[in-house]
Amino acid sequence: MNTIKISARNIAKTFNRRQIFSDISFSVAAPGSIAITGKNGAGKSTLAKIIAGVLSSTSGELNYEIEGKKLDDEARKAHIGFVSPYLNLYDEFSAMENLFLLMRIRSNGNTPKVQIDELLKQFNLWQRKDDSVRGYSTGMKQRLKYVFALAHAPSVLILDEPTTNLDEDGIKVVEQVVAEQKRSSILIVATNDSAEAGWCEQNIRL
Amino acid sequence: MLFFPDFANMTLMSFSTSTYALIEKDIRSEVRTRYALNALVMFVVTAVATILFALRSDNPSVELLSGMYWVVIFFTAMSGLSRIFVSEEERGTVLVLQLIASPSVVYFGKLLFNSVLTLLLTAAVTILYLLVFPGFVIKSYDILFVTVLLGSLGFAASATIIAAIIAKAGARGTLYPVLSFPILIPLLMTVMNATTRALGGEPFVNAIGEFQVLVGYLLVMVGGSYLLFDYVWKD
Repeated sequence: MNTIKISARNIAKTFNRRQIFSDISFSVAAPGSIAITGKNGAGKSTLAKIIAGVLSSTSGELNYEIEGKKLDDEARKAHIGFVSPYLNLYDEFSAMENLFLLMRIRSNGNTPKVQIDELLKQFNLWQRKDDSVRGYSTGMKQRLKYVFALAHAPSVLILDEPTTNLDEDGIKVVEQVVAEQKRSSILIVATNDSAEAGWCEQNIRL
Repeated sequence: MLFFPDFANMTLMSFSTSTYALIEKDIRSEVRTRYALNALVMFVVTAVATILFALRSDNPSVELLSGMYWVVIFFTAMSGLSRIFVSEEERGTVLVLQLIASPSVVYFGKLLFNSVLTLLLTAAVTILYLLVFPGFVIKSYDILFVTVLLGSLGFAASATIIAAIIAKAGARGTLYPVLSFPILIPLLMTVMNATTRALGGEPFVNAIGEFQVLVGYLLVMVGGSYLLFDYVWKD
């Protein structure tokens, strides 16, 4: 188990002179979890993106450490899995093509096919793995995002609106994944839903 | 490494593997969607046909043919090369790339893809010109070959960074040629001069000055773009 730790100090974000949030500080180490909650427009997705490293903060400091050693922006990517409504995979490819092409682009090597196969079965996409994503329902696309996020066994799983478009079975699988993630790694959930917020030990209210 | 932070954490092997995988992804995507290809092919055919009808029985000079040759390539490139980043923004796949690839992998992957596209485009325009314009006779193949190679790479280098910049903007269609033109003027003037030499049958050594400018342009564009790309790519 990686002793990965995320710490944030006075994170602020401003878009076009409008301040979304400021003075956000927290610390979480594996195993641990944080929920990011707040009203619509409070900046939950924005903070999730900043933690995932796909958006820069206006000010403040965000650090990832493994056993006391800081990870730079590029080294963090190998440890992060991110599921978000703003993230889309490539419609023109099948699920398998998406996963294999994207895993090969990742700097840290290849994911074993067995792992991808197991995830596709867990998320009930095995039967449609060779179909173009263009033909998927929104729920199936959400499941595929989970497979993509988990394929490289991330130490940090960031979920933005985790159960969006999912049916009961899909939600159960996500809950299993969340329980597994909390046991050994870091889980961060950005959500409006109090039940989803309840998955986490800490809460950042924006 | 101060100026190349990406490389400090990546071996050459993993950088090459990731970049090659990104190019493969873009090629496969382009073959299936033809986002850029359709625009490029239609523009080349339309532009060359229009010029042909306009010139008709006139006997255009070598200078005019050189100019029109690169005008077609310029506007065709403008119509198609921006899609390498614009399509990622429009389809919402930018986040995926930001999560899995370093900026240098994205930049060089997209640059190499655009380079291949531009070389294919230039080859197509050259063949069309040879077929439809009797006056377009290549007398110095070596000059034209080097000019086309360096010119295409120069176009690709400029087009890639400008595409990355405008992909996040609103009025992309207008902004792209407006931003590109001042940056491409030195390149356009140089390649037109060199092409005139090629069509005029001058010896290779006469074009060395132009080639030095083209190599310098390419190095400046690629180097500057690489340093700038990290700030352009990440919000």
